[in-house]
Amino acid sequence: MTTHPTALSNARLIDPEAGTDTPGTLLIEGGRIKEVLTQDTETPPEFRARNLDCRGRCLAPGIVDIGVKVCEPGARHLESYRSAGRAAAAGGVTTMVTRPDTDPAIDSPETLEFALRRAGEARVNVLLMAALTKGRAGREMAEIGFLADAGAVAFTDCDAVVQDTKVLARALAYAAGLGALVIGHPQEPVLSDGAAATSGKFATLRALPAVSPMAERMGLERDLALVEMTGVRYHADQVTTAAALPALTRAKAAGLDVTAGVSIHHATLNALDVADYRTFFKVKPPLRDEDDRQAVIEALRDGTIDMIHSMHTPQDEESKRLPFEAAASGAVALETLLPAAMRLHHSEGIELPHLWRALSLNPARRLGLEAGRLEPGAPADLVLFDPDAPFVLDRAELQSKCKNTPFDGQRMQGRVLQTWVAGALVHERD
Amino acid sequence: MTFRQNHLLGIEPLHPAEITALLDLADQYAALNRGSKRGDALAGLTQINMFFENSTRTQASFEIAGKRLGADVMNMAMQSSSVKKGETLIDTALTLNAMHPDLLVVRHPHSGAVDLLAQKVNCAVLNAGDGRHEHPTQALLDALTIRRAKGRLHRLTIAICGDIAHSRVARSNLILLGKMENRVRLVGPPTLLPSGIDQFGCEVTHDMAEGLKDADVVMMLRLQKERMDGGFIPSEREYYHRYGLDADKLRHAKPDAIVMHPGPMNRGVEIDGQIADDITRSVITEQVEMGVAVRMAAMDLLARNLRARPRPVTA
Repeated sequence: MTTHPTALSNARLIDPEAGTDTPGTLLIEGGRIKEVLTQDTETPPEFRARNLDCRGRCLAPGIVDIGVKVCEPGARHLESYRSAGRAAAAGGVTTMVTRPDTDPAIDSPETLEFALRRAGEARVNVLLMAALTKGRAGREMAEIGFLADAGAVAFTDCDAVVQDTKVLARALAYAAGLGALVIGHPQEPVLSDGAAATSGKFATLRALPAVSPMAERMGLERDLALVEMTGVRYHADQVTTAAALPALTRAKAAGLDVTAGVSIHHATLNALDVADYRTFFKVKPPLRDEDDRQAVIEALRDGTIDMIHSMHTPQDEESKRLPFEAAASGAVALETLLPAAMRLHHSEGIELPHLWRALSLNPARRLGLEAGRLEPGAPADLVLFDPDAPFVLDRAELQSKCKNTPFDGQRMQGRVLQTWVAGALVHERD
Repeated sequence: MTFRQNHLLGIEPLHPAEITALLDLADQYAALNRGSKRGDALAGLTQINMFFENSTRTQASFEIAGKRLGADVMNMAMQSSSVKKGETLIDTALTLNAMHPDLLVVRHPHSGAVDLLAQKVNCAVLNAGDGRHEHPTQALLDALTIRRAKGRLHRLTIAICGDIAHSRVARSNLILLGKMENRVRLVGPPTLLPSGIDQFGCEVTHDMAEGLKDADVVMMLRLQKERMDGGFIPSEREYYHRYGLDADKLRHAKPDAIVMHPGPMNRGVEIDGQIADDITRSVITEQVEMGVAVRMAAMDLLARNLRARPRPVTA
């Protein structure tokens, strides 16, 4: 790892904390940001030996992505820490926060330690989440204390929503006592069981088993009531419907320790994209109507939704080459997160510093990390990107072992040029 | 040529002129079926019926249709075959495709499965029902039956009653009758109506009297046994009371209204036995007869298009 003093000069510095987008130079040393210089300040002599001219491209804190599925243990052939790390680096993701929905689930200190060892193979930072209940089965709480001691940064059963409210209430109360962060998947589990689409005209036309968007609101309202009851720190992984947003706004106004995210797919695609049963567009929860997507974007703008996640979910070809309702859910997104997020900038007019709050600063803050900032002392986890570079996405070029992206063949605008983790260059586009 | 399709996957992709052309040809085959019963439009062609879901009536109808036109017909009961051994739908399709069939008739329990299969083969594919999605030959045979009984297939008021939500017959009929510019009413309890159905250009009601008022055609749907108890409706008898077609309810329709049912019927659940047997009102057996004719016409038209285009050999 290079710890030499390095200057990244002539950059467009995207600072989500200050909310600024200004030309300048970033000095890094010892894996951390040393200083942020304005455009007309001379670079100090000791940094001139390694001076990288950014040629006016954007330099921002690296993305902190909560909810990445790496298939270790259990299915390393689908995605290993090594391959996910390559994909993350190629996508400007400098910290992956991985999911425990592996096989077996990461629900004990032993499995967590195994995964932590494997995580060392990734070239970006990896933080692990652990299951909230044993085997993600929703019956007994996991060893939350041991797991937290062993390094789990948050607790979640992922899409296996805890059906038994009493079990969930106790798990949340116990987690609250430890100050642990719990991540929920807001969804009424019985109503959404077996659904492949969001109910409405399109789902009826394609005759797919569908769930009302109201199921998300029900799930969220239940979780938020339990948050109020237990005082736990809570994050909703994906809020994707207009009907669920008022509950979130109310909870925040009431001072509950609540944040929410949305997947990049729900922020950039809608139910009609499924078209003729395209299974790469099958995600969980199912894609929503355009009205919902617009509401989500508005919520990202006003901060009701705090973060954007990739919800990176590798699935092999075979599990997708099936009739839509039988096909697996999920999409890979580590590498497409940034280019897709640029649609929110180019098409929806969200300014880059604001976008980077959702991609980097807010997730970092939520996890108590120093990342996500461009200030002296912060880790030199950085992404250099060209916000305007156009390209057509070819899924064969993805670094992930699985290539199940809905953006295959689509025109994208915005490309990662370099990714730095702790002052070391981990990805460079040639 | 008016009929330009390579497959018959649903009513949705059909142009009204294509529907008319198909029905015109089916009319001729209906006459043939009452006479010599022999044609040669499909002579030398191989027709494979692949049913991933049980069916007696539809499969028999396709088989007879193929045989009357001289095709070599083979039935594959997919329930008991390699599918059980874990073979995927696409692999099954590729395997069959290598045997060079010309017509593939497919029924599958998943919506969209027949579309998926059609992308992988180079013969003509006919959808014999995919999940809750479409059942195009049923809608076409219903259309032919209506046209023969009413003398036209436009500006009619048609009530489709019962389990709309789980019915591919209802979906295909709704689309076809809409394309041909009819007034369609859907009648059923809210639990059996799919969401967003009011945006399909039809009227929706939960009341039989209102739905049947001045209707030219009353189309009843089968209520699946597994949906009768408690889940979607409280009980069979309450359903029959509120939605079963009997003489009282039929009085709201026009005096010359015809009664249809795709079969198999649950007498005393969705339809009163006497109504079903009333030859002055019920055209249920005529529907079955038209089924063979429509399937002959569909396969004939697809075979013509098949012969007209070059077929790459991809085995």
